[in-house]
Amino acid sequence: MPIPRRRCALFLLMGILGLGLLGRSGAEERPIVHITAKRFEYEPPVVKLKKGVPVTIELTALDRQHGFKVPQLGLRVDAWPGETTRVELIPDKSGTFEFVCDVFCGSGHEDMDGKIIVEE
Amino acid sequence: MLDDLDRRGFLKLAGLGAGVTFASGLGFKADPALAADSDFYFVQLTDTHWGFSGPKVNPEALNTLPKAVAAVNALATPPDFIVFTGDLTHTTDDPLERRKRMAQFKAIVGELKVKTIRYLAGEHDASLDKGEAFREFFGEMHYAFDHKGVHFIALDNVSDPGAKLGEAQLDWLKADLAKQKPEQSIVVLTHRPLFDLYPDWDWATQDGAKAIDLLMPYKNVAVLYGHIHQEHHKMTQHIAHHAATSLIFPQPAPGSQPKRTPPVEWDPAHPFRGLGFREIAAKAKVPAVTLAEVPLVKA
Repeated sequence: MPIPRRRCALFLLMGILGLGLLGRSGAEERPIVHITAKRFEYEPPVVKLKKGVPVTIELTALDRQHGFKVPQLGLRVDAWPGETTRVELIPDKSGTFEFVCDVFCGSGHEDMDGKIIVEE
Repeated sequence: MLDDLDRRGFLKLAGLGAGVTFASGLGFKADPALAADSDFYFVQLTDTHWGFSGPKVNPEALNTLPKAVAAVNALATPPDFIVFTGDLTHTTDDPLERRKRMAQFKAIVGELKVKTIRYLAGEHDASLDKGEAFREFFGEMHYAFDHKGVHFIALDNVSDPGAKLGEAQLDWLKADLAKQKPEQSIVVLTHRPLFDLYPDWDWATQDGAKAIDLLMPYKNVAVLYGHIHQEHHKMTQHIAHHAATSLIFPQPAPGSQPKRTPPVEWDPAHPFRGLGFREIAAKAKVPAVTLAEVPLVKA
């Protein structure tokens, strides 16, 4: 039986608020997005987030130092092999935002990128 | 928004006045008037990427550097010295191959009929091994020297793969500048731009603003760099920044395409277009350097 559109929207709103409350109660309870970096790609290459919903991004590198820079969201950190870099993010705008490696990691570094898609 | 300047605007801002040659069409001969009116001149070559292979962007990759050497050797007035502002070689993961390319590069430029050659590293030379191989072949990564009253400072913003000068080098720069008078003519040589030219394409130095702040009290400063494979001019207040064309392939104009790759493709109808080197006339007694862009072949 199809769910009425209004009820569907209500569930979505409750879900977003719930994630928001988790975020406010402590960073460790935020949804975690794992991203691994290796020459010359990120995994996953596309990350989907919700506007206003806090997340923790956990970065690791598989081979050597890489950068993770999302200019349009004002975010930049380093990723190191054997370490986990954590950064908290609350997307404040919707859209598609490219992230790039800004630590020179070899010939092909220029093409190392991915996308964060922030939905309303 | 980039604060780019056209040539006329740059000349006006730099206070170089009328009658100064800023010629892209000089061919292989130095402008005699330029040389005669100057205390000295030197040549900047950059981004030779020896070892690069890419038929679509430069099917003449093996011939471009020797061609540039021949062109410089054919200059009517020999330059006082030559400076290579980085990316002498193209990146390789193999430390032996890296050294092989550096040895080959050094042998080719050894044919230059100029006594003094100054080298800077680019990220392709030095970022994967933090400059270890470069030091073996070309010496220190950052240094200063004086020539006929002009103070030159070579900075390393590439051996840290994150494009930082680092606090230690900034301290060294501060100490070096402390020995200079405010009116001293200073030429800074780097590989990456010190200012935020286009950070999304790595066309910046993360802590470059700190170096610019240290240089700001000095009245007569010009920064010459490479990395972006095209001519570009920018003023940060009274400090002039000039990027030179490369000797392997041109890059797109900043922001002109989604990513900086692919580079500009080779045009068989105009071979070597966009490639060249730069002559710089410098005077110790006036606050100026004068640039002359020299295409590798005439249009």
